[in-house]
Amino acid sequence: MAAFLRSSRFDALFPFLMTAAMIVASAAFYPDILSANYLLQQLQIASFLGVIALGATLVILLGHIDLSVPWTLGGAAIVCTALAGTGHPILSAIAIPAALLFGALVGVINGFGVAVFRIPSMVWTLAVNSILLGVAVLNTGGFNPRGEASSLMSALATGSLLGVPAGFLLWMGLLAVLLWLLRRGGFGAYLSAVGCNEKATYLSGVNTSRVVFGAFMLAGMCSALGGVLLAGYANQAYQSMGDPYLLPTIAAVVIGGTSILGGRGTLIGTVGGVLFITLLSSILSVMQIGEAWRNIVFGTIIISMLLVQTLKSKGTPA
Amino acid sequence: MLELFRANRRECSAAVVLALLLGAYLYTHPRGASTYVLTIWANQCLILALAAMAQFFVVLVRGIDLSVGAIMALTNTFASYVLGGTALGIAAGSVAVIALGTLCGLVNGLIVVYGRIQPIIVTLATGSIFVGIALLLRPTPGGSINYDFADAMTLDVAGIPTAVLIGVALVVVFWLPLRRTGLGRAMYAIGSSEQAAFQSGIAVNRVRLCAFALGGTFAGLAGSYFSHVTTTGDAGIAPNFTLNSIAAVVLGGVALRGGVGTLIGALIGACILKTISSLMFFSGLPPLAQPFIEGMVLAGAIAIGSLGLLRVSDRLLVFSR
Repeated sequence: MAAFLRSSRFDALFPFLMTAAMIVASAAFYPDILSANYLLQQLQIASFLGVIALGATLVILLGHIDLSVPWTLGGAAIVCTALAGTGHPILSAIAIPAALLFGALVGVINGFGVAVFRIPSMVWTLAVNSILLGVAVLNTGGFNPRGEASSLMSALATGSLLGVPAGFLLWMGLLAVLLWLLRRGGFGAYLSAVGCNEKATYLSGVNTSRVVFGAFMLAGMCSALGGVLLAGYANQAYQSMGDPYLLPTIAAVVIGGTSILGGRGTLIGTVGGVLFITLLSSILSVMQIGEAWRNIVFGTIIISMLLVQTLKSKGTPA
Repeated sequence: MLELFRANRRECSAAVVLALLLGAYLYTHPRGASTYVLTIWANQCLILALAAMAQFFVVLVRGIDLSVGAIMALTNTFASYVLGGTALGIAAGSVAVIALGTLCGLVNGLIVVYGRIQPIIVTLATGSIFVGIALLLRPTPGGSINYDFADAMTLDVAGIPTAVLIGVALVVVFWLPLRRTGLGRAMYAIGSSEQAAFQSGIAVNRVRLCAFALGGTFAGLAGSYFSHVTTTGDAGIAPNFTLNSIAAVVLGGVALRGGVGTLIGALIGACILKTISSLMFFSGLPPLAQPFIEGMVLAGAIAIGSLGLLRVSDRLLVFSR
């Protein structure tokens, strides 16, 4: 039992348990929370953060961090709404692929600085983020970008299939694809290996730069997909639409049991972390708590969850 | 003398860059090099410099502080209540503001050291708490600072901007002596190798706590200086300062992996960052292109630091960087 409590399988399960506990506890005061409508709506909202956090997990597994999420997301949203807004059938059709390509391109730039120049990812991705912001301002003239979401984007973000939100299905689909990608050909093992010890991984014959490039590209595409969904949801792109997603993404990944130092963690755990964070902020707004107290409760709960996680694994290095 | 330059080559090259940038700024500024222009420049620099110093102490012991901006927001809103009254009240208020900053840093340190959670995620969460408290204090920007006191802190003394004097005083009176104490050396030792530091009998936990608390003190100083410059309290200032403080320490030659860099470097890095954006303002570049060029300059400056890689002959040495 004690061994199971320390295993990474339990780390991944932990946020799901906490989410369930939170639903039960708050349902005692607000029975409406148990309604299928409310919970399905939460799944839909969680899918935006969820898609981004899956990509962030890959980068954090490497022992790096991607702070360019806000403007990768914003830039992708601008690209796809601008293309879809032209009304041209071909341009609308390539809107989403173009946005994903944009995300991959940002990932390549991130990977270049980190893998080739060996600049700490925390500053390099920060610089890339401010460059992207600059490009967006230059491009839109500082106004809200023109354009609108295509019907496909709106359907992905707000539609549903057999009552289940399409965004949630897309999120789970992406999870399946990434899980398959990680199991296949050892990419997943290399990710954690680089996170544990890059030198040793390189010496065992792994092309570590390629692993870093791959992870940052996938993360960029995930952020871009988040931007597409968000633009579909709001039917537009707007300045700094990505800013509120940076820190919750990191929090979700860490609550999901992934070590911020890299080398240990799971994608499934991140899904739990995203559900936890989405529900927490939703329930705090249901309770009509002001922004100030929401910030305080949010921070306190994250710290207490992490304290519980470290205390139960006491004895093993954090 | 040459030895001194060689030992501090990161700081020296950063200082040269800063001198060039400042020269260009004073040259392009429509009002030229005057005390007035220098004072405005120095005030803006000192706010970010204090934030960068806060970041420096935490980074030195292999941490990172994502709550620097949040502590500034909290101390800034707090200052807008306690720095308005009489001389005695202002003196007590200033002490209280800085003590509040130290307390915030201490909380970060306690959770990091005894909760054994990574600094990046601890300060992310505490940052959210600090901003929450700041919002409770000032839901909308407001309050005021005693104007005479604020003027005394932000104008000039005999032609030299007060901000410059404060910066120099911090380095000469605080940093240079501190570096030679056991605490100063222990912080460097922990940043280089925590295990080696522990085995040589350094009280690792206590020193890390000190570093986080010092970081909080400087974030509190930054928040209180911000209130002198703006004379109001604003809870919304956090995000900008946190990220800029990280960029500033890196520009100043402080290594994010810990153990390398000086407070002077952090100060110079912050001034470089601030001067670049001021320079942009008067450069005649189209305003819409300025954020883009600012980002490019930041990326370029960071990339230059890694040019040493080109000289590495052993591929494996790359991984120890």
